Amino acid sequence: MSYLEYAVKTAPTGFRKIFHLNWAVALLLASVAGVGFLMLYSVAGGSFTPWAEPQMKRFVVGFVMMIMVAMIPIWFWRSLSGLAYLGTLVLLVAVELFGTVGMGAQRWIDLGFMRLQPSELMKITLVMLLAAYYDWLPARRTSHPFWVLIPVILIIIPVLLVLRQPDLGTSILLLAAGGGLMFLAGVHWAYFGAVIASGIGLVTAVFQSRGTTWQLLKDYQYRRIDTFLDPSSDPLGAGYHITQSKIALGSGGWTGRGFMQGTQSRLNFLPEKHTDFIFTTLAEEFGFVGGLSLLGLYALIILFCVWSALTNKDRFSSLLTLGIALNFFLFFAVNMSMVMGLAPVVGVPLPLVSFGGSAMLVLLLAFGLMQSAHVHRPR
Amino acid sequence: MKKTRAENDISHRRLSRRAALLGGAQLLFVGGLAARMQYLQVDQADQFRLLAEENRINIRLIPPSRGEVFDRNGLSLARNAPSYRIVIVREDAGDVDAVLNRLSQIISLDQETITRVKDEMRRSAPFLPVTIASDVTWDDISRVSVNAPALPGITPEVGLSRVYPQGSDFAHVLGYVGPVSDYDLSKIEDPEPVLMIPRFQIGKVGVETKLEPLLRGKAGAKRVEVNATGRVMRELDRREGIPGSDLQLTIDAKLQGYVQARLDGESASAVVMDCDTGDLVACSSAPTFDPNLFVRGISSKDYSELTANKYRPLASKTVQGVYPPGSTFKMITAMAALEDGLIGPDDTAYCPGHLEVSGRRFHCWKRAGHGWVDLETSLKRSCDVYYYDLAVKVGIERISDMARKFGLGIKHDVPMSAVAKGLAPNMEWKAQTYGQSWRVGDTVNVSIGQGFMLASPMQLAVMTARIATGRSVEPRLIKSIDGVEEPVRGGEPMGLNENNLRKMRKAMFEVVNDRRGTAYGSRIIEEEMRMAGKTGTSQVRNITAAERRAGVIRNEDLPWERRDHALFVNFAPYDNPRYAVAVIVEHGGGGSKAAAPIARDITLQALYGGPPPVEAYPAKDRERITEQQERLRDAQPQVSVPGKDQA
Repeated sequence: MSYLEYAVKTAPTGFRKIFHLNWAVALLLASVAGVGFLMLYSVAGGSFTPWAEPQMKRFVVGFVMMIMVAMIPIWFWRSLSGLAYLGTLVLLVAVELFGTVGMGAQRWIDLGFMRLQPSELMKITLVMLLAAYYDWLPARRTSHPFWVLIPVILIIIPVLLVLRQPDLGTSILLLAAGGGLMFLAGVHWAYFGAVIASGIGLVTAVFQSRGTTWQLLKDYQYRRIDTFLDPSSDPLGAGYHITQSKIALGSGGWTGRGFMQGTQSRLNFLPEKHTDFIFTTLAEEFGFVGGLSLLGLYALIILFCVWSALTNKDRFSSLLTLGIALNFFLFFAVNMSMVMGLAPVVGVPLPLVSFGGSAMLVLLLAFGLMQSAHVHRPR
Repeated sequence: MKKTRAENDISHRRLSRRAALLGGAQLLFVGGLAARMQYLQVDQADQFRLLAEENRINIRLIPPSRGEVFDRNGLSLARNAPSYRIVIVREDAGDVDAVLNRLSQIISLDQETITRVKDEMRRSAPFLPVTIASDVTWDDISRVSVNAPALPGITPEVGLSRVYPQGSDFAHVLGYVGPVSDYDLSKIEDPEPVLMIPRFQIGKVGVETKLEPLLRGKAGAKRVEVNATGRVMRELDRREGIPGSDLQLTIDAKLQGYVQARLDGESASAVVMDCDTGDLVACSSAPTFDPNLFVRGISSKDYSELTANKYRPLASKTVQGVYPPGSTFKMITAMAALEDGLIGPDDTAYCPGHLEVSGRRFHCWKRAGHGWVDLETSLKRSCDVYYYDLAVKVGIERISDMARKFGLGIKHDVPMSAVAKGLAPNMEWKAQTYGQSWRVGDTVNVSIGQGFMLASPMQLAVMTARIATGRSVEPRLIKSIDGVEEPVRGGEPMGLNENNLRKMRKAMFEVVNDRRGTAYGSRIIEEEMRMAGKTGTSQVRNITAAERRAGVIRNEDLPWERRDHALFVNFAPYDNPRYAVAVIVEHGGGGSKAAAPIARDITLQALYGGPPPVEAYPAKDRERITEQQERLRDAQPQVSVPGKDQA
């Protein structure tokens, strides 16, 4: 065995691990974040304050944390899965009890230096726990009802807690991420068929319950659904977001109005222009070409993650990587669908681009796990 | 649970399959998003771009600056002066209460204002200015400016507002402007957008409203970029408006000021007309008011004072007020008879003090009668019976036609408010109005300017000017528009016998200059300036037979409202008429006593272009006149403009 062959076949140690990071994903993440800085600079009217500068600082911190997480062997993280899940669950309950109320919902705990949203954290720890669970579970038992019920319970508990906050968007994302992982692990098709069928039933129930005493959603959630279905019914009220967002997007055209030339976002026609609706600014200023480029970057991140997962022989690592990629996908897919008028406004930020610390840190942490799985893959 | 190698392989293969499936689904979704993006940004780009422009661009009107008004010598009568107001912007002020509190220590603010300001601020967007005080003085503005650091969010602003520097002198001619009211808008079909500008000023009365379209100009516009809350971000482009036309009136402000001061204290009006051109050189109605009060919004106290005044300051008596012309109408009756050839100038009639006409007895003002009178004497001494006799012979139709020929009973085209038509009655009119046939008695009444006959001071001035020149002079108020002279209208010969006219003028000359003339006391001594005129005293009540028997009550003993109107019309100089003057003093008593002296003063003032030398007056009047000139010299129009020096 030559030295070279030995080095490839065994996991790298020490600082040499740096060279074995999945640099393609890391660079793609950095460029997406770069687009974010550009847009935050633009919506602030050509100023680093109040958004671009703190966002950049947080990204640097998050990026360093990602590398640090990647340096620690993946089996260490796997052993922490259960603990992490339980910890996050405790935080979710804590939010319920002591959380700060913001925008009509209890979502975060103020840690002093940052505001932590346990529901964000839950997206990662849930994926970790499920990956560990299916790594441990023998393949032949995957579709056994009992062994299916356990992960379902593990998913449902945080989903219900988040729904209580109330945060419909995140709870749906949690449900989708958990379900996706079960699908990847090989749970039988029939279960998913049943869930989809009952999902349709639930939607019907939600609409049927409207106005009755056992109404399942809050009024504002119904209104959001209403305006999503017909935004023009209330163009200056609840439908304002979607209408204005489509106007800004559409007025971008092929190549956009040019950097810092977007009129709609700069003139405050766009709500939440620096957070949930930041994509409209990009689309207005850089047009179809710009929007498609960002979409391409996102798609590449997914592709590299899926490729990394497929080439990794460790089951936990594969599932974890795919789960994180799925989470990431759900993030931007829901956000973009929302601003393009394909989904109701549910308050999901555009990953790495929207202003917001907690979401970005959690996301980079998750990619740290993915990198760790990549670095410490069996050779 | 220990897994076998085979088991691992199976699960790994299944994982790979499912991962590829899910990854594929994700890519498909990304493709869907791209397609949607293409639909919105490429296929529908034009439509959305249009919507975006609508969102962004707002058109704001720039109010045009209103045309200014000058007198015939270029003196400013109405202009636009900067008006200062103090506004507060909530978002800049921070602690509104503290700032308002500090401001109230600098300028006087009552609690009511503070409450109103806070109320308005609560209702409007934080960046919109709310007016705290308008029309503040320059002193207050400078005090606020000096203290600016302690008053965040408070700024002095400047706008244009109408100012009438001659104040009360031109209140009735010019009228005034005021903010557009809902009532104004309801009257206008398809109002111009500029009228929707808050507090935009439009003409309400007088020339200001009659020539509103000329004075207003055309609004400019600017396109501004606004954000979602309507805040102006920047101006994209602007198109300046067209300012309103500048007007020059035929009125001489100096003379107008004199006339106004001379009439002060009476309920009276006077018109001075240029005999040649018909220019209204002065047109005054007393008492008057300060139009500047109305521009800023008159207080209810001031307004009720104006409406409660029995002298009716708001009425424009020169054109709006109609009165029985009394004996000043006798020239018309005489002209009708002369033109018809019914009488010769030297024909005489006997005045026993009354005349029986179809069973009714009509009295002469002089109970004892004038004895034998010819035309000249009848006019000079204002014998009524002579005209009763003429009227019966001539008939109402001819008198009425002659009156219209001299400009009575027709509406003259001058741009003032409520110009009255007056009335030169005939048979048809009475039939239509009362459904009764005309009676000879009616004609007798009209012959001395009583009964149905009604004329405004301006009409009487027109009549006098036409007698003086023999041409159909038309009144003119607007001398030029934007420097372009307005044509003189009318002025063609009336087609009357010049000998008859000369006879009339001679008789009018005798009225003033003959020792037995009714206006002898108001003659002018200066040879070159001597005037010809006619007194008039028109009754506002019927003197009953019982009263006549008991002795007619003297005017001075009657309540003001029931006294006779005093009238005087004249032209001067007699040899070369330049000005025609008509004066009416409401309930002033006899024309020779109450109206003629005023008319003489005005005439001399007009002829000399300023205070005349006392030598023009009869010797016994000179002392009184000197004293009067002293008094009137200092008379200033009421102008209540805050801090006149600021402009």
